[in-house]
Amino acid sequence: MVQAQNVSKQVDSPEGPLLLLDDIDLSIVAGEAVAIVGASGSGKSTLLGLLAGLDMPTDGGVSLDGIALNTLDEDGRARLRAGRVGFVFQSFQLLPGLTALENVMLPLELAGHAAPAAAARAVLEQVGLDVRRHHYPNQLSGGEQQRVAIARAFVASPKILFADEPTGSLDQATGQRVIEMLFALNREHRTTLVLVTHDEDVAHYCHRSLRLASGRLLLPSAQALGAGA
Amino acid sequence: MKRFVFALRLLARDWRAGEMRVLAAALVIAVASMTSVGFFTDRIRVAMQQQTGELLGADLVLLSTAAPPATWSAQAQAHNLRSVQTLSFPSVVLAGERTQLMEVKAVSSGYPLRGVLRVALSGYGAEQPTDSIPEVGTVWLDARALNALGLVVGDTLQLGALDIRVTKVLAYEPDRGGDFFSIAPRLMMNSADVPRTGLLGPGSRVSYRLLLAGRRDALQALRNKLEPSLEAGQRFLDASDARPELKSALERAQRFLGLAALVSVILAGVAVASATRRYVARHLDSSALMRCFGATQNQITLLFGLQMLVLGLVASLVGCAIGYAAQEVLARLLAGIISGKLPAPSAWPVLVGVLTGLITLAGFSLPSLLRLKSVPPQRVLRRDMGPLPSRSITLYGAALGAMAVLLVWQAGDTTLAVYVIGGVVAALLVLALSAYLLVRALGVLRGRVGVAWRYGMANIARRSSASVAQVVAFGIGIMLLLLLSLVRGDLLSAWERTLPPDAPNQFLINILPEQVQAVQQFLNERLQDGAATHPAPVLHPMVRARLTAINGREVLPVDYADDHAKRLMEREFNLSWGDTLQADNLIVAGQWWGSAGRGRPELSVEKGLAATLGLRLGDELTYRIADRELRARITSLRTVSWDSFRANFFVLTPPGVLEDYPATYITSFYLPPTTRDLLGALVRTFPNVTIIDVDAMMTRVRSIMQRVNLSVQYVFLFTLLAGLTVMYAAIQSTRDERVHESALLRTLGASRRQLLQGLAAEFMILGLLAGLLASFAATLAGYVIAKQVFHFDYAFDLQLWLVGTLGGALCIGFFGVWGTRFILHQPPLQVLREL
Repeated sequence: MVQAQNVSKQVDSPEGPLLLLDDIDLSIVAGEAVAIVGASGSGKSTLLGLLAGLDMPTDGGVSLDGIALNTLDEDGRARLRAGRVGFVFQSFQLLPGLTALENVMLPLELAGHAAPAAAARAVLEQVGLDVRRHHYPNQLSGGEQQRVAIARAFVASPKILFADEPTGSLDQATGQRVIEMLFALNREHRTTLVLVTHDEDVAHYCHRSLRLASGRLLLPSAQALGAGA
Repeated sequence: MKRFVFALRLLARDWRAGEMRVLAAALVIAVASMTSVGFFTDRIRVAMQQQTGELLGADLVLLSTAAPPATWSAQAQAHNLRSVQTLSFPSVVLAGERTQLMEVKAVSSGYPLRGVLRVALSGYGAEQPTDSIPEVGTVWLDARALNALGLVVGDTLQLGALDIRVTKVLAYEPDRGGDFFSIAPRLMMNSADVPRTGLLGPGSRVSYRLLLAGRRDALQALRNKLEPSLEAGQRFLDASDARPELKSALERAQRFLGLAALVSVILAGVAVASATRRYVARHLDSSALMRCFGATQNQITLLFGLQMLVLGLVASLVGCAIGYAAQEVLARLLAGIISGKLPAPSAWPVLVGVLTGLITLAGFSLPSLLRLKSVPPQRVLRRDMGPLPSRSITLYGAALGAMAVLLVWQAGDTTLAVYVIGGVVAALLVLALSAYLLVRALGVLRGRVGVAWRYGMANIARRSSASVAQVVAFGIGIMLLLLLSLVRGDLLSAWERTLPPDAPNQFLINILPEQVQAVQQFLNERLQDGAATHPAPVLHPMVRARLTAINGREVLPVDYADDHAKRLMEREFNLSWGDTLQADNLIVAGQWWGSAGRGRPELSVEKGLAATLGLRLGDELTYRIADRELRARITSLRTVSWDSFRANFFVLTPPGVLEDYPATYITSFYLPPTTRDLLGALVRTFPNVTIIDVDAMMTRVRSIMQRVNLSVQYVFLFTLLAGLTVMYAAIQSTRDERVHESALLRTLGASRRQLLQGLAAEFMILGLLAGLLASFAATLAGYVIAKQVFHFDYAFDLQLWLVGTLGGALCIGFFGVWGTRFILHQPPLQVLREL
């Protein structure tokens, strides 16, 4: 479902070139749940961005759902994501001007879905927020906002879901509930999940973990490529 | 279609969430001020056209030397036009022993269609307006005619075969100004009496006029229909044929109103640009998220573009409605000042309003808006990632382009538009550079002021690019406001000064050469008592001549395509001579002959006439004077300030060229109202001399000018509102950031008072900088406009600098604090959570 070959990412900084990711090889199969763990600054989010096609590597190649991302331009990658890829972010990234329901409807509307409201309500119900569907993000608690974000991530039934520190902004109890909900939905929708976290407890929900340190994968490449799962 | 519905839905959501309101408000106010100006100036324009129409007694006149076919009136009626026919002819009138050549005018009920007649019960007595005409069996005479004939109201005179009683003194006749140099004393009668005079025999010199009034489009339609079938001696006469000095007054009036409208447009654009900046900043996340969810760049562009289009249309229409209401209020306010009712505006301003709204939105918001499509999707992971900032050339280029289109379109005057654009661009560059330097310089001061000022200055310096942008925005606003008040004040008064209150109000024509000395002496003696300060009237010789050839080639009216040129060629020119140039004349090409030119066959031609007839320096003209020919070469071109109301000539020769030809003399002088009895004595002493009393005309001209002045002032009020919107929009554009910071500061323990002082300091400094730069730019632009467009000298105005800098500091300070005041009353936690 997701493959990375010899992926490196280098950026220019005032002190000269800075290597964020160094020669990453990995493979994630359909239906798998993989955690990318590591300390702050280890390159987790950068890797997530590359795997999701939000950014391009300096070296190496990434393919998503069997399609090599480097063969596509910005808009091509956007079209690839449409309806196929879902996201959950640490900072929720709900649009402040839209209600909970409208936020969930957004991916469907962008994809030109026929009845976005009904589908969105169904998922909102699954995350237990149907009654608050007309509330704006700033009228919801952090946990509720993240549940809306999860509903939004699943509403288009994506093949793969990228989650970037989904519990990073929540207290432990709330984070726990949100994670359980995320994995429940994941099982139900049979979605491939790539989850970035620094929380080992969260990582344990996944089939396996890939550990990053200073831009390099620490686990044996066989495990990174999925053989040890 | 789906995309459109989605865009609409997003728009509705944004609207509900308050995201679009500032932008929409800026646009609504922009279009409202534009269209209120548009509707109002449209009405004023129509009114002024009717004012000029007043000089015709109609909106359009169809002249004919033969009795017009009855079908003309029928056609006018079919076009829903009001029409009335008049006819005039010269005739000698008898009263006892005395005879007098009079210009007889026969009118029928409904005359005049524009303007009103004014009558008195005795010669030079108190005037009153009337909507009646002489009854059958009676005539009205003007005061000169009464004087010439030694009659009083109630006496009887003989006109042809008809004995008829004088019942009133005709004091003012609107359409008499049309060509008042040719008129003898006036006798007005009812056209029902004309047949009984027996004067309309075959050889009589009758001129018929069909006066028309009504909707412009109907008038044009009728004109288009009849014009092809007109015969020799038949032609249309409209407002543009009015006297040159009135025409130039009207043209200037349109320029002033145009300028006022332009300023609103530019201010609107600046407001829209500021509001869009904020809108885009607040939509970077949505755009990134949508990119993340798979929206292509084109989809993003289409989505936001559609939203903007719909917003633009709706806001423009709302603006039009508000503009209409606002101008209605204005018209009501002015109802007591403007005589008569203002005509209804045309629908044109609605179209102008909507187009203006859309063009403004496109030019001032599109480049910023296009940034939304290039937001990297990675922003969803790293918020610090934004799109590349728009290139300044794109931003300002589009804005300038839109501005140029609107200015040229609005002003209908490329020169004026070019100067305004030039002024604004130059100001923009100077403002940006100076603002940058000033903002940098603030850093030096920071260590020496209190905490609030330091905080304020720190804010300005830290957000240096935003501060420069704000100073520029405020600066443009203040500059335009200053420029307009400058235009309204300095330029307008300079304009009015060109029409001094003691401009000549009497013309004497038909003075015979042998009377010159006597008339001169009479005037010198009689005028000295009342008005010793005025220069003695100068008597100018006048020779009537017809232009027959240019450079030896015969010319006829038909040789000219231009109607105006045709008419000029149809009539006789008044040539005059002299060796000193009048003060209101200016040589613009060639050389004035001075005293050395005596006897040389040379001509000095008025520049406008030369342009109309295609005459160039060095051309040899042949004139036919009586039965002789005069050949002379053009050696200079002159401009003439017709506004001076002094006797002026299109064509002059040196002395010693025309003296052998039959000449009469003309003069003009100012007669104070207290010595009006001089006119009676003048008529009795020199019965053949025609006196033209232009006092009434002058009063009309001055009242028209005052009206223009007033309308500019009212238009200015709206521009002021637009200016305040710009300031508010600019404040709003950094509002989120400020609110956030203030919340943080309060969390850190800053008191409300400290916050307030900090905000006030920041905005006052911004205002001061903007005011300083604006004063400079406005002075410069005012100077250029005065010099290049209106041809006045512009005096340096210290008051402007004081108003600009202090006013800028106080206004921006007040509005800045007002725009951000609510943060002072909210708990910081709430503010932080909202962001």
